[in-house]
Amino acid sequence: MWSTRVALAATAALAIGLTGACGDGDSAGKATGAGQGGFTVPKIAARQSLGAGEGRVNLVAWAGYAEDGSNDKKVDWVHPFEKQTGCKVNTKIAGTSDEMVTLMRTGEYDAVSASGDASLRLIASGTVAPVNTALVPNYADVFPGLKLKPWNSVNGVAYGIPHGRGANLLMWRSDKVRPAPTSWGAVFDANSPYKGKVTGYDSPIYIADAALYLMSSRPELGIKNPYALDQKQFDAAVALLKTQRGLIGEYWSDYTKEVQAFKSGDSVLGTTWQVIANLAKAEKAPVEVALPKEGSTGWSDTWMVGAKAKNPNCAYKWMDWIVSPKANAQVAEWFGEAPANARACGLTADRKFCDTFHATDETYFSKVRFWTTPIAQCLDGRKDVKCVDYSKWTQAWTTIKG
Amino acid sequence: MDDDQGLTAVAAARPAPGPRRRAAAVLHRRPRLRLTLLLSAPLAWLVPGYLGALAAIFLTAFWTTDTFTGEVVHQYTLANFQTLWDEPVYRTIALRSVGVAAAVTLIDMAIGLPMAFAMAKVVRPRRRPYLVVAVLAPLWAPYLVKAYAWRVMLAHGGLADEVLGPFGLSGPGYGLTATVLVLAYLWLPYMILPVYTGLERLPDSLLDASGDLGARPLRTLRAVVLPMVFPSLVAGSVFTFSLSLGDYITVKIVGGRTQLLGNVVYDNVGAANNLPFAAAVATIPVVVMLAYLAAARRTGALREL
Amino acid sequence: MTLSPAARAALRAVLVLGLAVIYVPLLVVLVNSVNADRAFGWPPTSFTGRWWAHAMDDAGARRAVLTSVKAGLGATAIALVLGTAAAFAVARHRFFGREAVSLAVVLPIALPGIVTGIALSNAFQVVLKPLGVGLGLFTVIAGHATFCVVTIYNNVLARLRRTGTSLEEASADLGADTFQTLRYVTFPALRSAMLAGGLLSFALSFDEIIVTTFTAGPGAQTLPIWIFGNLFRPNQAPVVNVLAAAMIVLSVIPIWIAQRLSSGARSPV
Repeated sequence: MWSTRVALAATAALAIGLTGACGDGDSAGKATGAGQGGFTVPKIAARQSLGAGEGRVNLVAWAGYAEDGSNDKKVDWVHPFEKQTGCKVNTKIAGTSDEMVTLMRTGEYDAVSASGDASLRLIASGTVAPVNTALVPNYADVFPGLKLKPWNSVNGVAYGIPHGRGANLLMWRSDKVRPAPTSWGAVFDANSPYKGKVTGYDSPIYIADAALYLMSSRPELGIKNPYALDQKQFDAAVALLKTQRGLIGEYWSDYTKEVQAFKSGDSVLGTTWQVIANLAKAEKAPVEVALPKEGSTGWSDTWMVGAKAKNPNCAYKWMDWIVSPKANAQVAEWFGEAPANARACGLTADRKFCDTFHATDETYFSKVRFWTTPIAQCLDGRKDVKCVDYSKWTQAWTTIKG
Repeated sequence: MDDDQGLTAVAAARPAPGPRRRAAAVLHRRPRLRLTLLLSAPLAWLVPGYLGALAAIFLTAFWTTDTFTGEVVHQYTLANFQTLWDEPVYRTIALRSVGVAAAVTLIDMAIGLPMAFAMAKVVRPRRRPYLVVAVLAPLWAPYLVKAYAWRVMLAHGGLADEVLGPFGLSGPGYGLTATVLVLAYLWLPYMILPVYTGLERLPDSLLDASGDLGARPLRTLRAVVLPMVFPSLVAGSVFTFSLSLGDYITVKIVGGRTQLLGNVVYDNVGAANNLPFAAAVATIPVVVMLAYLAAARRTGALREL
Repeated sequence: MTLSPAARAALRAVLVLGLAVIYVPLLVVLVNSVNADRAFGWPPTSFTGRWWAHAMDDAGARRAVLTSVKAGLGATAIALVLGTAAAFAVARHRFFGREAVSLAVVLPIALPGIVTGIALSNAFQVVLKPLGVGLGLFTVIAGHATFCVVTIYNNVLARLRRTGTSLEEASADLGADTFQTLRYVTFPALRSAMLAGGLLSFALSFDEIIVTTFTAGPGAQTLPIWIFGNLFRPNQAPVVNVLAAAMIVLSVIPIWIAQRLSSGARSPV
């Protein structure tokens, strides 16, 4: 429904989209995550070899993932790909994960930059095929922390090539907020001295941030995964956010809005993305960011190939291209996320880009729990309770905002 | 408007009419056929196309969505309306939205009427077209850009603060007030134009007569101008009211933490893929708007739109 | 009207003040289009022509403008046919349900855009999906045409009511048939009304975002949708201001034409 827009990649799209299950690196979590929902996986074989390119490839992508220079002449990694492989790229920009699923089901598209919730649905419905990573040479350089994760694999079988990742950080105005906060408690403290100047992310997925905080502040609730909340845990998270609403100046959902609010001082404390913090600093706003001690939520995407792809060879070539060091560096810098390819770090225009985005810092990302759209079957593997699904999250978000 | 004032006799007397001429004659003799031809296209478009789509969407409100597959489950249920009714938050939001729409409309009437009056009756006639252009031109500036300009102006230390500062005041900041203000700004031309047109049609002689008969300007305004321009005001208000009632973008930009009905609909359909619930929420502005139109119809304003 | 000089002065003052309020935000847009700060920091600390240069060779922006022009022209063309026909039916005939026709024409614009948007999007998907057709530019055009009909309808209806039927009767008396009368008498009288309505319909379509959001296929990126996408990424946000500033200036031309054509007789809204 929505069309080409970073707004969506940046707002609702990212919010509901870019996901993953437990972001912690422990493999037990992964195993249960892979079986999440208890759905059966259709048997589709991965390709064993690649042939010649078909001359074209049809992509479904988030805005900003397949730039051909039409937005900014200098931002173009599509034309070099076309020149090198002879595969002409047709990109359909999707606004939401639902749209991605719908588009891929038509069978017209060869590859998709799917997010966690979309990826699970695509796998379960047999819309996408497993990916033979041996046919994607650049996969070797992808960070181990992104390989065979619950949002891009099932039972140890890869279903896609990781694209990049990012965390939802805590940002504050260093001149107004003292001492520097180290905990998410700063944005949830009912007696906060920054009342009316706190900002939160404007999406139901923000409930997971509250759940994440409750994991450490109220361990008796027994939250294991902020995206798998039973009714009691969910109610606690919602109650926390209702209290927080009294502190909120405004909820943010797009870059420009947040950069501007922090620069003018309308917001002094709240969640952010690294790229926003960088922009705010570039505009000389005195802000600092940190990954609080509780860890954080975050997002990560995967390129997947359609089960009925008409141009599978070009689709594989594209997947290899987008995680190749140079292209991955370009897309990561343009979009503002940590690249998936370790060697991309040597090729970014900004030498310190990977450090800024913690691309190589696995301990950093081990604290990040990547966005997953919650479903009724608990993602943490519990079978004795039903979890609250995303449509309930949406309705709860409405009641939180009041 | 008699349909048969034509000259059937003359047409018939002409020798050997061509097919076009014959078709013309048929059309001329049969007003019903003419009417059918005229109405078929617009009605075919609007009735099945638009009203049908509306009906379909409200039918959807009685269904639910399978949250995993995202498919709509075609099973009759009142659950969506039950949720709407049970959750006090939806009532609050509905009332807030109607309140915002009403406030925007009143503000636009209060500003638009004197402006339109000045344009139509005070300014020299030669200047009027320029003024109409001046009022219309901002409509071409993209809506989003204007809303963002207001966001910049209302920011902490922004233009609003700078202007109000010397008076010991500060801007309203982001929130409900800002939302009303920006919406009133965005839709003001939609109020000024119909009112201006209505006033322009009002003959000056009528106003002079009122004055000659001893009415003071305020009396003339109340007894002559207002009643005659009332339908135009209502026509303008249909725009301002409806445009405000369905808005979800302005409130996202300057609304701080507030939300309106449009946001609820949008969040449910755009992000959660819950079309049935979105449709149920959407019935609220539709019912409000239909009631508004019904009331407006009585004033004859619909013909002024 | 015999107004006291004080009252006249007061009204003039309101008018000037009102226009000032209308134009201040537009001025802010203009200033921001040369504001060196990407996030529109206020007050601007330094100025740059960079954004204008950027905008000049932004292929995405050009394409979006072109798409919007196509959408506007398409929607206006359909609206012209439908609106004029409906106006003729209502003005020149008496029939049962005449008021209902008026209501059906007004409804698409009187109902909030988001309702129209989700209704049309849903209908398109139900009807088009089985045919294997996705949303695209033509769905935008169809959606826009639906709410644009009213602008043409109102203009033409007003003109038809004002001109009455005497000229057409005279034409018929002189032996012209229905088509000739339509072509040589009725149409010339309506042309300006149709043009004025058409220009407004074009403007309405050009800046529409809510219905467009729901009816546009991923390939059809109209200008407001492009703006929506770009306003939210700071790399591009200033370019949007340039575009807006340029459009405000350029917009005077079509409006001026519309104003001339409707010759102050009736506002086109």
